[in-house]
Amino acid sequence: MATISIRDVRKSYGTTEVIHGVSLDVADGEFIVIVGPSGCGKSTLLRMVAGLERISGGTIEIGGRVVNELEPRERDIAMVFQNYALYPHMTVFDNMAYGLRIAGKTKQEIRDRVNKAAAMLQLEPYLERKPRELSGGQRQRVAMGRALVRDPAAFLFDEPLSNLDAKLRVQMRLEIKQMQRSVGTTSLYVTHDQVEAMTLADRLVVMNSGVAEQIDTPMAVYERPATRFVAGFIGSPAMNMLPGTVDRSGIALESGRILAVPEAERLETGRRVLLGVRPEHLKLAAANEATFALGVTAVETLGADTLAHGRFEDSSGDFVARLPGDAKIAAGERLPLAVETGKTHFFDADTGLRI
Amino acid sequence: MEKRVTFDNRLLPYLLLLPQLLVTIVFFFWPAGQALYQSLLLPDPFGLGAQFVWFSNFEYLAGDRYYLQSFVTTAVFTFFVTLVSMSAALLLAAMADQVIKGAGTYKTLLIWPYAVAPAVAGVMWLFMFQPSIGVLAFYMKAAGFNWNPILNSTHAMTLVIAAAAWKQISYNFLFFLAGMQAIPRSLIEAAAIDGAGKWHRFRTIIFPLLSPTTFFLLVVNIVYAFFETFGIIHTMTSGGPGQSTNILVYKVFSDGFVGQDLGSSAAQSVILMVVVGLLTFIQFRYIERRVHY
Amino acid sequence: MVEKRGIGMIMMHLVLIAGIAVVCFPIYMTFVGSTLTHLEIIRPPMPLLPGPHFIDNYAQALASGVNAPVGRMLFNSFVMAMGIAVGKIVISILSAYAIVYFRFPFRMLAFWAIFVTLMLPVEVRIVPTYEVAASLNLLNSYTGLILPLIASATATFLFRQFFLTVPDELLEAARVDGAGPVRFFKDILLPLSVTNIAALFVILFIYGWNQFLWPLLITTKPEMNTIVMGLKQMMPTADDYGNWPVTMAAAMLAILPPVAVVIFMQRLFVKGLVETEK
Repeated sequence: MATISIRDVRKSYGTTEVIHGVSLDVADGEFIVIVGPSGCGKSTLLRMVAGLERISGGTIEIGGRVVNELEPRERDIAMVFQNYALYPHMTVFDNMAYGLRIAGKTKQEIRDRVNKAAAMLQLEPYLERKPRELSGGQRQRVAMGRALVRDPAAFLFDEPLSNLDAKLRVQMRLEIKQMQRSVGTTSLYVTHDQVEAMTLADRLVVMNSGVAEQIDTPMAVYERPATRFVAGFIGSPAMNMLPGTVDRSGIALESGRILAVPEAERLETGRRVLLGVRPEHLKLAAANEATFALGVTAVETLGADTLAHGRFEDSSGDFVARLPGDAKIAAGERLPLAVETGKTHFFDADTGLRI
Repeated sequence: MEKRVTFDNRLLPYLLLLPQLLVTIVFFFWPAGQALYQSLLLPDPFGLGAQFVWFSNFEYLAGDRYYLQSFVTTAVFTFFVTLVSMSAALLLAAMADQVIKGAGTYKTLLIWPYAVAPAVAGVMWLFMFQPSIGVLAFYMKAAGFNWNPILNSTHAMTLVIAAAAWKQISYNFLFFLAGMQAIPRSLIEAAAIDGAGKWHRFRTIIFPLLSPTTFFLLVVNIVYAFFETFGIIHTMTSGGPGQSTNILVYKVFSDGFVGQDLGSSAAQSVILMVVVGLLTFIQFRYIERRVHY
Repeated sequence: MVEKRGIGMIMMHLVLIAGIAVVCFPIYMTFVGSTLTHLEIIRPPMPLLPGPHFIDNYAQALASGVNAPVGRMLFNSFVMAMGIAVGKIVISILSAYAIVYFRFPFRMLAFWAIFVTLMLPVEVRIVPTYEVAASLNLLNSYTGLILPLIASATATFLFRQFFLTVPDELLEAARVDGAGPVRFFKDILLPLSVTNIAALFVILFIYGWNQFLWPLLITTKPEMNTIVMGLKQMMPTADDYGNWPVTMAAAMLAILPPVAVVIFMQRLFVKGLVETEK
């Protein structure tokens, strides 16, 4: 077990820089999830920690030791790959024992450790099978078992659940969380799935275009997204964004219409901003209490919730409100909506930073 | 595997098949049948007629010291050609798979000898090792080694093996390299993270996963050494000195065309057909099985 | 991957360079031999660096050779290689089309009849094939050089495999659009097969060019010799003084076309090689 410290790490291929200086301190035993859209550099960052990619700039420390020039095998880490990377010619037992054999452990110790991991992951009946004789979920468990038996300083997960179907994904998500809790090994976990990110992480790293836009606990990221990108990426359906200018009585939208948003008072008037409101922070209101009215264009009934899609006045973007499942709404209606107090977000229109 | 949707046309498919079937029948089934038939005949010494002798040509071959020796010669030749060529190619492919800079250049420079015909390869090697003019032969003799493939059977055998193995390295290299590059990167990475160094990764991951390629090449190399090296033998030694490099396929030719012993040559053809059939069968059985990886 | 660079990497490059040196050395020596005089060669050791007689030797080889002009032999080889490559491709693509896209009596019989030819290289049935060719009056003719060698199953197999990967929907769509079997073949299947045809052509051209035993038997007149077999006739023997530099020049000329094909069409070559052997 160890801390991991990433300082101003950069990665370039030729002259193109793809990671522009990411810094992150991971506490011992912490579960960090790196989340972002595909191509944001999250996997590259993880692979640099693993030693599978060279580091172009900055330093990475694992357990207080700079590992920049160390080969993967010298870093004392274990990794779970997206496609599991199980050795197809070896049995489940041999797959898990491979690293231990290389480390020169005694036969007895290898057997004990593999059996213990197998018991934890319910793999005991499959130890003599080859990977191709296993289901997707079982392969996933073997990949985890292979990491587990090594008892490394850190676990690295590279989108480990993305090849599983939805139901298994939910189950394995829980298992990974429980496993990490019980062994307490520092973990870095890469995913593009925000639900995985929110549920697994002690802290989230939200990456976009090679930059870590925000590093914080899931709830903090949700409640106080640091940038316009984070606000749009975390939360589903995505946060509604309305461009406008701060006015004395609220936010003046591009159409000239003014929304009465009391929280805008702290902002200097005349500043160009984006007003962000999460769909779930809108509620149906009496016409006189409503902040605005939404012309509904489509309704999605999800059971627990009903999503009302609409055009907000003349602004072109889709605007969504998440309403209770029993709300009776039809397309064509005009819904009077109010924003819950204190649930508005403001971002600078130019920099995208939270104000 | 079959198509779900097809055309239904009565005459057209036969017309389409006709050229291939015609050529196959005339130049394949007819000669093969001839070989079978002639293998049961004993032509009289003046070539005027032939006598039907059942399997006596085969019986004769079974007792023919030279023919049995040719089997041994072929086995020795095939063994060494396959061994030398495959291990050299495997070594080079393993290196080429690792290097990043210049990999493309190395590959090009290693595969182009594939285009050299076996007979031309024979000429080239003889040019270097011919005892009276060969430049390498000269230096070997200068170093005190009495090199003479024209008289010494072992030397002759070594020379044809070297030339035949050399000619096949490119082919083996290409397939080994393709096989290695088809192994998923993540497996190698997983092994590296598990603590395996380069050599260990090769031994425990790459080589075992390469086994379908290795097996395939083994069969191809055996077929090559058995049948396609005719040109090398013919240009370099003509089966000599004595009978020391007279491999089976060369013997079919030399007994049939040079020795004019048609019955025996035909019987030898039939035996070789059985050998190729067997090799092809093994290969197909294996291809069916290798899809599992 | 992060790896310690150093002695290991250098060793690998050294092994590769040594490998290339061994692999290329015979061809280099042949080239050197083709630039010297006969006298320089028959009085060993011959020089290890090229001499000044490149043009003389190649000109002599092309124009007169040792017993037949190499120019003529190169032409014969070219005709044979092209004939074999084109012939095999044409008859194979047609028969594969019949086998994959039609259902008819004796379909499997035809398939197996072609399939068994995979098993018997011309070398093992050489005497009777020669007799058949002789009885058909094919000796010393291009037809005789080409026709017997275009019967082989590999190309048919390759096309069959490829056709099987073409989605059924394509045929259905073509049929809905009113295309018959000939149109479908010409307008859809053939354009889709272009890369496969090209790859196969590269391999078959080399195969045809490098034939040795069959031309050796079927041609007796020097003017019908192909270069690969003619080379053997040019080699100086114990009782023939010969001309080594011209022979070596001929050897270089013999490998030039197939080597050029491998180098300049490397991608097609590799594709062809890997796919024909599957």
